Amino acid sequence: MNDTNNSFQLDGEDLPFTPGQTIMQAAKAAGVYIPHLCWHPDFPAHGSCKLCTVKVNGRFGSSCTMEAQAGMTVENRTAELDDKRRTMLQMFFVEGNHFCPSCEKSGDCALQATAYELKMMSPHFDMFYPDRPVDASHPDILLDFNRCIMCSLCVTASREVDGKNVFAMGGRGILGRRIHINSESGRLADTDFALSDRAANICPVGVILKKRKGFAVPIGDRRYDKTPINEQVKEPTA
Amino acid sequence: MSDNHAIDTVLDRHRRDGTRLVQILREVQEQLGWLSPATLTRVAEGIGWPRAMVSGTASFYSFFHTRPRGKYCVLWSDNITDRMLGNAELMDAMCKKLWLEPGRVSEDGLVSVNTTSCTGMCDQGPAVLVNYRAIPQMTHGRLGEMVGLIREEKPVAEWPAEWFAVEDNIRRKDILLGNELKPGQALKAALERGPQAMLDEIKGGKLRGRGGAGFSTGLKWDACRNAAGHGPNPAHYVVCNADEGEPGTFKDRVLLTSYSSMVFEGMSIAALVVGAKKGLIYLRGEYRYMLEPLESALAARRAEKLLGRNILGSDFEFDIEIHLGAGAYICGEESALIESLEGKPGRPRIRPPFPVTCGYLDQPTTVNNVETLAAACLIATHGGAWYAQHGTEKSAGTKLLSVSGDCERPGIYEYPYGVSVRQVLDDCGATDSQAVQISGPSGICVAAEEFGRRIAFEDLPTAGAFMIFDDTRDMFEVARNFAHFFAHESCGFCTPCRVGTTLVKNMMDKISRGHGSPYDINELFKLHRLMQGASHCGLGNSACNPVFDTLNKFRPAYERRLQSLDYEPAFDLDAALSEARQMTGRDDAGAHLSNEAEV
Amino acid sequence: MNGPMNAAPVAAKKLKVATTSLAGCFGCHMSFLDIDERIIKLLDLIEFDRSPLTDIKHCGPCDLGLIEGGLCNAENVHVLREFRSNCKIIVAVGACAINGGLPAQRNHLDLRDILEEVYQTEAGLSHGGIPNDPELPLPLNQVHPIHEVVKVDYFLPGCPPPADAIWKLLTDLLAGRTPTLGHGLLHYD
Repeated sequence: MNDTNNSFQLDGEDLPFTPGQTIMQAAKAAGVYIPHLCWHPDFPAHGSCKLCTVKVNGRFGSSCTMEAQAGMTVENRTAELDDKRRTMLQMFFVEGNHFCPSCEKSGDCALQATAYELKMMSPHFDMFYPDRPVDASHPDILLDFNRCIMCSLCVTASREVDGKNVFAMGGRGILGRRIHINSESGRLADTDFALSDRAANICPVGVILKKRKGFAVPIGDRRYDKTPINEQVKEPTA
Repeated sequence: MSDNHAIDTVLDRHRRDGTRLVQILREVQEQLGWLSPATLTRVAEGIGWPRAMVSGTASFYSFFHTRPRGKYCVLWSDNITDRMLGNAELMDAMCKKLWLEPGRVSEDGLVSVNTTSCTGMCDQGPAVLVNYRAIPQMTHGRLGEMVGLIREEKPVAEWPAEWFAVEDNIRRKDILLGNELKPGQALKAALERGPQAMLDEIKGGKLRGRGGAGFSTGLKWDACRNAAGHGPNPAHYVVCNADEGEPGTFKDRVLLTSYSSMVFEGMSIAALVVGAKKGLIYLRGEYRYMLEPLESALAARRAEKLLGRNILGSDFEFDIEIHLGAGAYICGEESALIESLEGKPGRPRIRPPFPVTCGYLDQPTTVNNVETLAAACLIATHGGAWYAQHGTEKSAGTKLLSVSGDCERPGIYEYPYGVSVRQVLDDCGATDSQAVQISGPSGICVAAEEFGRRIAFEDLPTAGAFMIFDDTRDMFEVARNFAHFFAHESCGFCTPCRVGTTLVKNMMDKISRGHGSPYDINELFKLHRLMQGASHCGLGNSACNPVFDTLNKFRPAYERRLQSLDYEPAFDLDAALSEARQMTGRDDAGAHLSNEAEV
Repeated sequence: MNGPMNAAPVAAKKLKVATTSLAGCFGCHMSFLDIDERIIKLLDLIEFDRSPLTDIKHCGPCDLGLIEGGLCNAENVHVLREFRSNCKIIVAVGACAINGGLPAQRNHLDLRDILEEVYQTEAGLSHGGIPNDPELPLPLNQVHPIHEVVKVDYFLPGCPPPADAIWKLLTDLLAGRTPTLGHGLLHYD
C-alpha cells in the first residue's frame, strides 16, 4: 500500500491514496483531519467553503477538488493555513447570525466545532447582522436561514438521494445568495419535503431543524462536547 | 395577449429547453416587464425544471426583476470613468426631478433610478441604460428632456433616435482595424488550408487569448479538437466571449459594431479547426441594442453561404446563435459563461475538467474572446509567420486598447504589442497623468514612474482597458469605486470572495468617512493575502488588486484620511443614537456621543 | 488573541483588575464567582478596582479590564471607553461582549418599531409614553460587540464562559502567558 507510486506527503507524513481520490478523500480514508464544512463523503465536492484549502507543492488549492498525485507535497495544518481558515470562519460568523447560546444545533454543529478546533476566539470583523426571516411553515421542520453557510448539501441530498429538488442555491453575492425553496410561495410547507428525507438530516449547521427535538441531549453529551472534531474523522457523517 | 400566452410563445420558440432559460427569462421579461412568482412557476413547468432552480437563476442576474420594476428603469453606469464625468451629480438631479430615492420604484410604479456596473461606454459617458437600451453622453439638458418624456410616459422606442447613437471612436488602426478583408476571404483561405494546416498557422502565429490571460489559442483549439464529444449528442462548440464586463473595456463593442463579419468569420475558422457545427456568441446584456443588427448580419451571411450548410461550396457546416447575458460580470469567466449559456446562475465551475474537454452541454468547447477570433482571420489570410512579425517575441500581433478617463481623445487605439504606456498617453492627448489602470479593476494600476512599461503579456498583460487618471484625481476614490464593483459582482459561491469583497468595501467606506486607522490598512493587506490564494476563481483572486496596488503606490491618499493611530469604530456613534433621539424628542448632552474617545 | 502583552508579568505587586457588565445579564460575573475558593488565592494576586463586586463607581488606572456584555446604549459606550482608557489589557468576556449575544437579536428590527411596540402599542406600559428622562441612557440603533468600538486584547467566549475558563485566562495573564483554552473550555454556548 505504501508504494511510493501511490502516496504523497501530507504535513511531512506519507499518505497512501487510490488513483482518482482527491486529497480530502485520501486523508479521510487515512483518518487525517483536513478542516472542511461543505464537503461530505457521500457527495461530489462542492468546493465553496474553502476551509479545506491546502498548499500543494507551494500553491493554494482546495483539497476536496484536487486529485491526489504521487509524490506531491501537501501542507495542511500549518500556522499559515490555519490562520487563513480562522479568518474564513470569522467571515461565516459575521455574515450570518450565529448566536450559539440560542441554537438547537449547538454542540452538534460542524461550524462551531471547526471554529473550536481552529481556536477562533472572536468574529474579529464587524458583524453584518443580516435580516433573514425563518420559515416555520412546515409541520415537522424549521428552517433558520440565519445560520446558513451556503454549503449546498441539502440541495445535493434532496436532488440526488431524495429525488425531490426541494432546495436550490440562487441569487448572487453577499446580499442575494441564498437557498431557494421549490414552491411558488417560497414556503417549505408547500413542498413535498419530509422528515425522513436525507436532506432533512444533512445540514452541518442549524438551518434545517426538526421540530420538538431541540435541546434533547444535555450539554456535555452532545457530539462535539465529548470529542473534538479533528478526532472524529473516522466517525460516520450524518 | 394574456401573460400565459406570451410566456408559452417564448417557451415554444425555445423548444421548452431548460438550457435556454436565461434567454427565455429575458424575452418573457421584455414582454411582461418583470418576472412574477406566477411567471416563474409557468416557465418552470414549461421547461420541466424544479421551480427553485428557475427562481435561483432569475435571482442571480442583475437585469432580471423578480419584483415589479418601474415602467421606466433607468440605470446609471457607475464605472469610475462615469464618476469622473459627473454621473453622480446627474443621477442626483434626476432623482430630485422625479421625487425619487435611488433604487426605489416610484409610488405610481412609473420609474426607478439606480446605478449599474460599467456599461462599456467609458469613452462617451456618462452613460445610462433605460429599459436596458444604452444611451451615452448624458448631459443636464438631455436629462431634463428625458424626465419630461418619462412623465409623459412616451415609449422608449419613440425617444429621439440620436440619443441612442453609440460612437466607435476608432483613433488608431493597425493590421486588424486597418484590414481590407472582404467577407468570406479569410474563411475561404482557411478552407483551402484545411483544419490541421489552419491550426498550425494559428500556432505559428503565436496567437494568444485577448481576454487578458493570454493562453495560447493554438493549444486551446488543439485540445478541443482532440477531445472527443460524448453522450447521446456528441458535438464540439465554439463560443465567442462577448461579455466584456471588465470596467473600462469597450473594444469588443466596436468590433461587433463595425467588424462583426470578422468576428463571425473567426468563429467559423475556429469551428473548422475544432470540428464544431455550432457557435454561440455570449453578448453582454448591456449590449442588448446590438442584438437586432447582429442577427441581420448573421442572416446576410447565411444568404451569402458563409454560414449554414455547404459553406462556400464545401461540405463545411456551421452556424451561429446569439445569447444575451443579463448583468453579471462573473459570466466573463469562461466556465461561468458556459453555466449561463446552459440556463443556470453564472457560477464558475470546478476545474479541471476544462471547457476544451467538458464545456457547453459537457461537450468539448473552445471559448475565445471577440478580438482573438477577429485576429484569427488575419492569420488565415496572411499566415502565421506574417502575423508573428508584428508585436514582440512573446506577444505576437496587435492589441486594441479601450482608452478612457483623463485625455483629449478617448476611444479605440490599436497598437502592435510592446507599445509603452507613455506612447499611448501621448497619442490620446493625456497630460499630467498620475496613473493608468491597465486591464480594469482586476488588472494593474501603473504609476507615473512606470509609464515606460509596455503593453505585452511579458510586462503589462491586458484585456484592453486603459483608464487614465490625471493628478487632480484621488486614487483612493478610484480604488473604492472598484471595491464596490467587486462586492456587487461577486457570485457569492466561495467564502473568501463572498464575504471578503464586502469586508473590503466596508473598510474602504470606513476610511472614506474618516473613521480609518492603520489597523484598517493592515486588515486590507490581510484580506488581500487570503482572497488572492483561497478564492474559487479569478474574480476573488484579483478583487483586492486595486486596493493593494494603490496602497503600495498611492499610500498618502489613504493615510491623509486616517483618523488616528488607534483603533476607530466603523460607524458613527452619535448617529447610532439618532432613532432614539427622534423617538424621545431628546437633544440634551446625554443624548449624544462624541466620536472621539473620552480621556 | 494576538494582542500585545502590555503588562509586565507581575509577581510582587498586586494587579489591579476592573470588571463591568454592559448589555449583559451578569451571568459572566456569576460564572466568575463559580471559581469558588480559588477566589481567595486570586485575591493574593489581584486587587479589584471598579466592579460590581466592590461597588467602586469609576475606574482608575488598571492592569486588566474584564468586560461582560455588548453595547446597547450610550452609557455602555461611556463605560467601555472609561475602561479602555484606564486598562492596559481589555478582555471581552462572554458571547454578548464578543458578538452582541442575545440583546443583538433585536438588530434586524427597527429601533423605532421596538420602542413603539413596547411603550405605545402594547397595553400596560403605554401610559407614560416613550421614556425621555435625561437620566436614562438612549439606546443605540443596533447592539454592537465591544470590538467594534474599542481595541480588544483578548476574547473569552461562552454563555457564560465556564469558571475554569475564566480561571485559566486569569492565571495565564498573571503568569505572563498568552491565554489559551483547550477542548471543553472553549465554547460559544
